[in-house]
Amino acid sequence: MAVSPADLSAAFVMTPVAPADWLVVLPPAWCILAGAVLLMLRKSVRLQAMIAIPALAILVLVDALLLVHVSQNGPVTMVMGRWLPPFGIAFTADLTGVLFALAGAVVALAGSVHALSDIDGTGRRYGFYPFLLLLMAGVSGAFLTGDIFNLYVWFEVLLISSFGLIVLGSEARQIDGAIKYAFLNLVATTLFLIATGYLYGIFGTLNMADIAVKAAAGRADLPLMTLATLYLVAFGMKAAAFPVNFWLPASYHTPRVVVSALFAGLLTKVGIYALLRTLIMLFPIEREELSVVIALAGVATMLVGALGALGQSDIRRLLGYVVISGIGVMLVGLSLGSPGGVGGAIFYALHSMVVMTALYMVAGLAGRLAGTFDLNRLGGLHTRSALFSTLSLVLFFAVSGLPPFSGFWPKVMVAKAAMDIGAWWLVAAVFLTGFLTTIALGRVFALAYWRPAGEALPDAAIPASALLPLVALTALTVGFGLFPNALLATIQHAAQGLADPRAYIGSVFPGVN
Amino acid sequence: MNTLIFRTVAPFLTALMVLFSLFVLLRGHNEPGGGFIGGLIAVSAFAIYGIANGVAAVRQALWFHPMAIAAFGLFIACIAGLLSFVFAVPFMTGLWVYPTILGVEIPLSSVMLFDAGVYLVVVGSITSIALALEAEDDV
Repeated sequence: MAVSPADLSAAFVMTPVAPADWLVVLPPAWCILAGAVLLMLRKSVRLQAMIAIPALAILVLVDALLLVHVSQNGPVTMVMGRWLPPFGIAFTADLTGVLFALAGAVVALAGSVHALSDIDGTGRRYGFYPFLLLLMAGVSGAFLTGDIFNLYVWFEVLLISSFGLIVLGSEARQIDGAIKYAFLNLVATTLFLIATGYLYGIFGTLNMADIAVKAAAGRADLPLMTLATLYLVAFGMKAAAFPVNFWLPASYHTPRVVVSALFAGLLTKVGIYALLRTLIMLFPIEREELSVVIALAGVATMLVGALGALGQSDIRRLLGYVVISGIGVMLVGLSLGSPGGVGGAIFYALHSMVVMTALYMVAGLAGRLAGTFDLNRLGGLHTRSALFSTLSLVLFFAVSGLPPFSGFWPKVMVAKAAMDIGAWWLVAAVFLTGFLTTIALGRVFALAYWRPAGEALPDAAIPASALLPLVALTALTVGFGLFPNALLATIQHAAQGLADPRAYIGSVFPGVN
Repeated sequence: MNTLIFRTVAPFLTALMVLFSLFVLLRGHNEPGGGFIGGLIAVSAFAIYGIANGVAAVRQALWFHPMAIAAFGLFIACIAGLLSFVFAVPFMTGLWVYPTILGVEIPLSSVMLFDAGVYLVVVGSITSIALALEAEDDV
């Protein structure tokens, strides 16, 4: 039976795909490929890191090339299996997605190098590196997909991989943390799935560009408020927003430190990204209605995080609360909805990915140098290593939002956006949180670094493979703190692209606009 | 479960079920079947063999570690998608060739390669779980 080409063009993408467009699907596909190879070579412990680190370096390169491609040509789309959207599953990379993907890849590369000294042979045999690569497949896929059910699938991929990472070592404490983590994340995922089923019932489509068009066209008759609220709760739980934040401090201090570092850098930010994607791009009017709720949740998240950090004596638990307080700032930016607020949220998320990963590495190294994570017993770290002490101080200032480090600019952007609408209470909350975080981390510095060591320190040195990623991430923080202009311009474009998704829709459906 | 009848029949049953699972895998393109269900049938075959002759016998018969089989499946499924690059069509587009072998035209496609990948992923991962559950003592 012969089929004429005219028939095919009604269902198929007929234009040849430019090689550059392959960059859109390459990050998750590459991670799956490398993860599969690592899994096959699971018993060759020595090969694991030798394959995984170059593979992640290539991932960083691919994401960087994609960023260049997208910033020059606008959003890029590839539809799976050649089927025309909305029937084919679309991968659409816009600036927001690519920025998150690139930051995630950088964090993963740093983590993979840091793991050289943190994950022993047993951890590698149990599959640290394959899990890391598959986690990155999930994370990159979530940032680059243009289909909301596909987003759910990538969430599952990264969730399953993170279960594997969190139980690495199989200690009783880890299983306890993993159960809390797994249960609460599965609840959030179920809510996400329910919301998506409901969404499909309403629109009959899962393609995000298609949803954006249909929501804008028929808003008055559709129960979109329910959808927006469901997504807010589901992704808020993923992001550890108040009042559904309790799973994070209960689980993040139990796995290996480098695993905590990767989780703190990657997982909650996927939740924030999904919130930005759904509430800013798909349901902007509903977000406007919910803005007071989101702002209140954001302020509560910030304060709970900052006060929690003040009350902890285990550094790793303390950092868990610092992660939460950062999520609060992003939520406030989201609640404002203006380009400044959304841009601030995106910038803060990128900053937080880098800084929180680095801070967990600091905690791990402090624990290794002093033999304990307990602030009551830590001491004398400054005399042990002045370089380590300096790096730590820079990161403490950065996460507190002090200039001239990268945490300062997004806080200013969010505060400025809040001032523009006269929401002084939000400005006050942002600065109060910064103040409390400074005190909490100043306390860590005073106790663990300045105070003379109370007991004899174990004889441990910092290996170069652990220090190098820490130096690199700190350099990023300082660099983007001192020279934020290029990043700020890109982020402003990204925020505009979310608020006005015409370019995004045009890339999925060429010829609509 | 360790009766003489069961132990005698199990190898034949296993062989038959693995053969049937391949049949289900291959007919799955246009008819009911496919990689997932075929894989599950193969896993039940290995599970029967394991119940009859013990976990060690299954591991020996499989030769490769089940996780490595699953990983190889993931690998070829991904390769099946990436083949599209060569033909300048989007990721995971179905590509077909029709070679004639011994006078019979055999349609082969990247879709089939992908389905074989799914088959191996299911065989590897579920066998791995089944063997872990069957091996009560010899951990």
